[in-house]
Amino acid sequence: MPVLKGKELRIVGFLCNWCSYGGADTAGVGRFTQPTDLRIIRVPCSGRIDPLFIIKTLMNGADGVLVSGCHPRDCHYAEGNFYARRRLEVLHRFLPILGFEPGRFEYTWVSASEGQRWQQVVTRFTEQIHKLGPAPKIAGPEASKTLRQMEAAL
Amino acid sequence: MKYQQELKDSIRKALPDLDVVIAWSSGFDPLHATPHFIRRDEDIDRLEIGPLCVHNLATYLPGLRGKKVGIVVKGCDSRSVIELLQENLIKREDVTIFGFPCTGVVDQTKVRKALGNAGRVDFCQVASQTLVVGAGGTEHKLRLSKVLADKCFSCQYPNALLADHFVGEKISPSVAEEEGYDDLAAFENMPLDERFAFWQKEMDRCIRCYACRNACPMCVCRDHCLAESRDPHWLSQEDNVRDKWMFQLIHAYHLAGRCTECGECQRACPMDIPLLLLKKKMNKEIKELFQYEAGVDPAATPPLLSFKMEEENIKEREW
Repeated sequence: MPVLKGKELRIVGFLCNWCSYGGADTAGVGRFTQPTDLRIIRVPCSGRIDPLFIIKTLMNGADGVLVSGCHPRDCHYAEGNFYARRRLEVLHRFLPILGFEPGRFEYTWVSASEGQRWQQVVTRFTEQIHKLGPAPKIAGPEASKTLRQMEAAL
Repeated sequence: MKYQQELKDSIRKALPDLDVVIAWSSGFDPLHATPHFIRRDEDIDRLEIGPLCVHNLATYLPGLRGKKVGIVVKGCDSRSVIELLQENLIKREDVTIFGFPCTGVVDQTKVRKALGNAGRVDFCQVASQTLVVGAGGTEHKLRLSKVLADKCFSCQYPNALLADHFVGEKISPSVAEEEGYDDLAAFENMPLDERFAFWQKEMDRCIRCYACRNACPMCVCRDHCLAESRDPHWLSQEDNVRDKWMFQLIHAYHLAGRCTECGECQRACPMDIPLLLLKKKMNKEIKELFQYEAGVDPAATPPLLSFKMEEENIKEREW
């Protein structure tokens, strides 16, 4: 799918190296059609994801953030995603107080073999973000900086 | 305050075994109290407790590690002490806790607004739910219900939860537990775009003095704070809303499941930014998710430092 100027939104995905990144790879190898708004950042484990990464991403102008890791009880490091689950759930409930719609951030679990499931997750999350439209941006002098950063990300 | 003499006697008895006792005394004018470090017997006479004792003295404890320290605490301060104990940041045998029943502390911002530009403060007294302030030759009577800090109207723990010496009689909280989050509920009724605009407007006033961080009893990183870190470079030195807002979110997130809602961040803020709102939101969600309140039980583990295989209140994402 070509990059459609002005039609795409910036969605950032933090993916666990052992499961979801593999799952995204499986989806690619299987040539499943996927929307192209998502930019993937590979992390060693969903437990590596500081909730502040997600806040910072949203503050810097991303329209959506998706986190995906191993299914609970399947963590490569035994318990990383159990800690992640608590942190991410707290963040999910905390974000609305800042003025971000709760749907701008989602976390889910996709294993390396679930290429089909990855396709569904990406499609559904991208649709959800498109329904919400562009995220609120910080106005004022730094607005132009945000715009530059966003352009660099596309 | 009626238990003051009793408290002094109890400190006098304990002082020989302690390096220092932290309490309050009268500050630069009669309207302001200041932290007071008692090292000798004669220092005890200057001790004062009452509604002007706004500071949470637990902030000093991690810096005095290794010393035998006595500390005078209100109910909210005692929760900070407990939280520090929970996280092994201080040793139980090193601290001696003096507790008293607290009936609320004033919010100096409210007092300042009520007094206006009244001039030099000559005296200040508390008599039957009224704060009598003599300033610039006139006497101002302020009802305590008008000038107490907001946190005191939702206080659930007026007595020190953990104390080696407790003076006076324990009192019961004046409000029901559910009422504590009324202000948050009101804020959450605002539409999302207004909330976003609200924080931008509030954070724009921030002068990056970091008083909120320095006053916080749970901010124990000191020289290793993310705000000053260059690697990773979380915040720039620029004066913009994004970085200022981000810092407050770092603060709120580093306190997730640890914040005892003592309100020091908001009190210390020279720009009166409603910082406690963020922390209250975090605490409310943590209470709902994990039935946990920070600084209540010295043996408890903070919820984000532990997990359960099956979480009762977290639904697995269905997609």
